[in-house]
Amino acid sequence: MRKRSVITAVGIIALTFFLCGQVMAKPITIHWWHAMRSARGEVVKEMIKEFNASQDKYVVVGTNKGNYDETVNAGIAAIRAGKQPHILQSFEVGTLTMMLSGAIYPVYKLMADMGYKVNWNDYLQPVLSYYVNDDGNLMSMPFNSSTPVMYYNVDMFKKIGIAPLSKTEPITWDQLGDICAKLVKAGVPGGMVTAWQSWIQIENYSAIQNLPFATKANGYEGLDCELTINNDKVVHHIAQLKSWMKDNRFVYAGQKYQGAKSEFIGQKVGVYMDSISAIAKLQKAVKDFKWDAAPLPVEAWNKEPQNSIIGGASNWVLKGHSKEEYKGVAAFLAFLATNKMQEFWHEKTGYFPITLTAYRDLKSKGYYKKYPYQEVGIKQMTRRNPNKNSRGLRLGYFIQIRNIINEELELVWNGKKTAKEALDSAVKRSNVKLREFEKTYE
Amino acid sequence: MIKRSIFKNRLLPYLLILPQILVTATFFYWPAAQGVYQSLMRSDPFGLHNRFIWFDNFIALFTDPLYLKSIGITLVFSASVAAVSISMGLFIATMANRAFKVKTVIRTMLIWPYAVAPAISGILWLFLLHPSYGVVALFIEKYLSIPWNPVLNGNDALAMVILASAWKEISYNFVFFLAGMQSIPHSLIEAAAMDGASPFRRFWAITLPMLSPTLFFVTVMNIIYAFFDTFGVIHTVTQGGPGGATNILVYKVYQDGFIGLNLGSSAAQSIVLMILIIIITVLQFKYVERKVQYTG
Repeated sequence: MRKRSVITAVGIIALTFFLCGQVMAKPITIHWWHAMRSARGEVVKEMIKEFNASQDKYVVVGTNKGNYDETVNAGIAAIRAGKQPHILQSFEVGTLTMMLSGAIYPVYKLMADMGYKVNWNDYLQPVLSYYVNDDGNLMSMPFNSSTPVMYYNVDMFKKIGIAPLSKTEPITWDQLGDICAKLVKAGVPGGMVTAWQSWIQIENYSAIQNLPFATKANGYEGLDCELTINNDKVVHHIAQLKSWMKDNRFVYAGQKYQGAKSEFIGQKVGVYMDSISAIAKLQKAVKDFKWDAAPLPVEAWNKEPQNSIIGGASNWVLKGHSKEEYKGVAAFLAFLATNKMQEFWHEKTGYFPITLTAYRDLKSKGYYKKYPYQEVGIKQMTRRNPNKNSRGLRLGYFIQIRNIINEELELVWNGKKTAKEALDSAVKRSNVKLREFEKTYE
Repeated sequence: MIKRSIFKNRLLPYLLILPQILVTATFFYWPAAQGVYQSLMRSDPFGLHNRFIWFDNFIALFTDPLYLKSIGITLVFSASVAAVSISMGLFIATMANRAFKVKTVIRTMLIWPYAVAPAISGILWLFLLHPSYGVVALFIEKYLSIPWNPVLNGNDALAMVILASAWKEISYNFVFFLAGMQSIPHSLIEAAAMDGASPFRRFWAITLPMLSPTLFFVTVMNIIYAFFDTFGVIHTVTQGGPGGATNILVYKVYQDGFIGLNLGSSAAQSIVLMILIIIITVLQFKYVERKVQYTG
């Protein structure tokens, strides 16, 4: 009788220990809120699955919170309620807002605190430079990064007797003007279109031409910056595009990418400027003609074109979690930066691999021989080290500023204002926003 | 013989309406009060830097010529949406009210567009009217040879969003007008007909006055619809462009608050919007309702 009860007691104790062990070994959950949907969302799911399978200490749960705006807003609401995820994806224009939020755990610090020695020099510098603070330390981990390039209809070019363009040496805007004139003369309804006019025709135009977009090193050195896009060079560029509209060398097809893309796919124009992430869309949609990519044009006077700047989003680590959890966050971020994941991401989505080793690895595998247009963006973005004018833009209320620029440019395109008037007004209106933003953080 | 139950307990009635008051207070007054509070603050999106700035947000709004322009656009837009959808709804209801065989089928089919969400309605019209891929746009350019480009031309864009917003609301108005017309006694119209009144005269002298309560109700509802619910149309079709030509107030609130994260200004704009809609409704009740004849 007694023996049996001892056995039972031992059994119970053993069971208790076993159960406790189960509880102890229960993996730590890491929440990641992101804005990747449809095809990209599937790729993200795949990456998370792979991480979870690679170890048993942490489980990453990825949640799509809608588009970029919705994801950032979900993050803000969560931070206000004290229920923030560990990692929040935010788009590049929200960088300053996130940096000043007081709710983040800088990535360089996280990685150092958790014992990771990351060789930041191995990363693509024009990508990192968008997300570093004044001291050059990385605040958020770049995730999906793109840059604009120029697509063209190879068949049309052949018809008007123009050889395919170089993938590394940009043509000049004057040359592009001649090409567009020839296209129109040959019976094509229009010459060129552009998606995202503020990003491509003002922000990237300024960076490539080595012109400041704003004072204080594009806002990196202080909140008291002012826009400078009403300089002669940019005014001339916009006025030139406007003059091209008269004979349809330039066609305006809307603020975003859809209109421009359908003009190009419908062969109503021969040249189309958009992000490298358009590659996937063109691969899927274009069946009846051959297309290719080339770097964005530069001005004839610009003998040393700078790097183009990025668009896209980065992952921010949020404050308020335990050290154990941060270890998992660091492990996950390190996992995402591995060659295997970066190459997978690049091949599936067209976004850049963020490390040089991943890029070199892809190169040695002959990936760029097979898909030469995938390399155009990387080459254009890494052709020079980023400087003060080309490392990025750090402006408060940047989204409103882009809206203002869009509005004013449309007033140029529909003839209500001259290029000079519109850009002067854009600067004036944007500066009001910048001052408002500055006051918020006084 | 009116049956009255008298409660001796004075608290009981209050207790009985308490749930309703609680619901109203939590879901209407509290958020509205928060909005008023936020409109007097300058704060960052995370709520870590807050400063009370009195009416600075409002002053900034009303010294911004573009905001005043946006008010103008909103008034033109709402009046047009209401005018188009009411006149079309009334016209179709008059037609459908006549007795013919497939009456019920036609009526049912006419109600369908109301079930379409504004955003979808916007997309549908965009497919028809987009200068690059719109079928109707091609027709307008080719056969009517009218230059049509809502991507670039502000008036074209405004016309497009008015059409898209009004189209959906026609069905709504149609239902109310039809119901209203059916409650008009046939004897009245028949008597007028026997006295030799033309169909138009009968409509003008009998149907329309008898419909005035419906017309009044529908006008109020349409204006409120045009002010607030058309957000989806604007968002999918023009995003406020080109050059701000379709940037109505409610869309600006969204752009500045949700996308731009300028909460103070956005809250101030909602307060302005609220006051505006209160004024419009009060005016309608005060001046328009006088002419309304309620039967009953």
